[in-house]
Amino acid sequence: MIKKRRMFFRMIFASLMRRRSRMIVALLSIAIGATILSGLVSIYYDVPRQMGAEFRNYGANMILTGRDGSFTNTNIAAAKGVIPSNELVGAAPYRYENVRIREKPVVAAGTDPAGVKATSPYWLINDGEWFEKSGELLVGANIADAFRLKAGDKIEVSYTPESQQAAAADNQVVEDNFREFTISGILKTGGSEEDYVYMPMSDLEELTGISDKIDLTELSVSATSDKLKDYASEIDSVVPAVNASLVKRVTASEATVLTKLQALVLLVTVVVLALTMICVATTMTAVVAERRKEIGLRKAIGASDGSIIKEFMGESMLLGLFGGIIGSVLGYVFAQQVSIHVFSSSISFRPLLVPITIIVSILVTGVSSLMPIRSATDIDPALVLKGE
Amino acid sequence: MSLLELKNVYKIYGELHALDDVSLKVEKGEWVSIMGPSGSGKSTMMNIIGCMDKPTKGEVLLDGVDISKESSKNLTTIRRDKIGLIFQQFHLVNYLTAVENVMLAQYYHSIPDEKEALEALERVGLADRARHLPSQLSGGEQQRVCVARALINYPEIILADEPTGNLDEANEEIVVDLFHKLHDDGTTLIVVTHDPEVAEVAQRTLVLRSGKFSKEIVNENFTGKIRFGDNNPI
Ligand SMILES: Nc1ncnc2c1ncn2[C@@H]1O[C@H](COP(=O)(O)OP(=O)(O)O)[C@@H](O)[C@H]1O
Ligand SMILES: [Mg+2]
Repeated sequence: MIKKRRMFFRMIFASLMRRRSRMIVALLSIAIGATILSGLVSIYYDVPRQMGAEFRNYGANMILTGRDGSFTNTNIAAAKGVIPSNELVGAAPYRYENVRIREKPVVAAGTDPAGVKATSPYWLINDGEWFEKSGELLVGANIADAFRLKAGDKIEVSYTPESQQAAAADNQVVEDNFREFTISGILKTGGSEEDYVYMPMSDLEELTGISDKIDLTELSVSATSDKLKDYASEIDSVVPAVNASLVKRVTASEATVLTKLQALVLLVTVVVLALTMICVATTMTAVVAERRKEIGLRKAIGASDGSIIKEFMGESMLLGLFGGIIGSVLGYVFAQQVSIHVFSSSISFRPLLVPITIIVSILVTGVSSLMPIRSATDIDPALVLKGE
Repeated sequence: MSLLELKNVYKIYGELHALDDVSLKVEKGEWVSIMGPSGSGKSTMMNIIGCMDKPTKGEVLLDGVDISKESSKNLTTIRRDKIGLIFQQFHLVNYLTAVENVMLAQYYHSIPDEKEALEALERVGLADRARHLPSQLSGGEQQRVCVARALINYPEIILADEPTGNLDEANEEIVVDLFHKLHDDGTTLIVVTHDPEVAEVAQRTLVLRSGKFSKEIVNENFTGKIRFGDNNPI
């Protein structure tokens, strides 16, 4: 039995290896199909995870604003006190000021780098790293483009203090405050954040000479929407200077877009699957037609229909295996490229996708070969051997 | 009981009687030649005896079993177990080596055994060609691989349809010589041929004409040890 199995594999390997030029077409179609399938599945699962899932689970879902303009750190502490600390995932205060870079006006935001990381995990650093320390500046992609800035550059940010603003309006000589920053990274979010530069709050306070002023604070709270509402109204009553509002609608629309995106990817996946199957079936039909004589000969020397099916199935499944291996490698590369260029995020390698791609590739190849291979058993040994 | 018996066999295609009331008995160990012009029904008869086709009418008894009534699945089994086939075109699987082609017959019959397959190739004088692909072999060598494949499972009967039709004289001699050896070993042989030189070495020759046997020539001088030349490589 072992000898028989060994002969079986010897035959199908010989058929694939020694008829390489013929098999390469079939292999190519399977490999391309497997590549696109595994790539799309990667994108299907990974991009929403990168862009949306984290945002939905941990992103900011409550915004605190001052009832009349800005508010203070004390107000925030009081507001935060309303929410149990184990439910508060993160808080990021923001303060916006008009500053200048190379004499051009830019809006700078002072914030808490660690807080932003918790409330906006979907922020992506395109080049360089997250800002952490004093003196580090995170530059929005649009600003970086406009000023041709890149990570590691040193730039000067200047601010005209209130006392000098009248003079500035009069076109008189003004004495600006200024400070040098190192650009830690370029920020890519796909939203308006790309139009700002971000610095630690303490740096902005130092630059402007004004401290304890906050325009808004984003909170990320892990609680049900009912509970969130309760917290919001409690904050409104306990801290009158602060107005708490929920930002559920932003997340919901984000989720809708992602669902639609996933539906599209799913649709394309199904179409590609169908095309691959048609392609494989066509190739296998050609393979069977081309090998009519061989099949007749095998039958003449005693092959049963079952063994003919087994041999051709073996060949096509082996092709499926090779195609699946190639496809799972290329699929990752493909998904990575699409993800970087279209979604500006990178994809993590999913080891589980490799065996899944290979198994699906083998099954798809097998199923699409079924009909052509069945037709091989109709070949009459006498007819094949007779004429010609 | 004869090993093979055809009783009033007809094969009719529309109006055409490819076989027209053919009867024949072949005993175990016999060597029979079938001659006849092209289109006289030789291949049709061989296909029926070889379990690859069924007669329109009549009985074909092989080892006492009427193969004209069997299902095609059973015919495959009978063909595999009892018959060795040699064709005019040297039908080999083109991506398998000589020894693998011989092993293929073992594979479908029972269990492939490379050593035994190599011995069969040695018997036909191709020991040094065992690892070659058909495309690397001459016509004569390919036909010898077919002979090795036909004899590997010790069939009751070897059917050869114009086995020397595409061979030059030297290779024809080698193949006929192999038939002598097979005959000496007790194998039953039915050989269809155009070539009188190939036909006349058999014990008897039947001439087929328009689907009927028209003549039978018995070889009075048959010794069973007749050789063509003395310089055979075997
Ligand atoms: N499948 C078929 N359908 C119709 N006619 C056939 C078929 N096979 C053979 N014939 C006819 O039967 C006759 C005998 O053919 P064949 O046995 O191949 O002759 P031979 O082998 O003696 O040259 C020929 O006239 C041939 O045309
Ligand atoms: Mg013929």
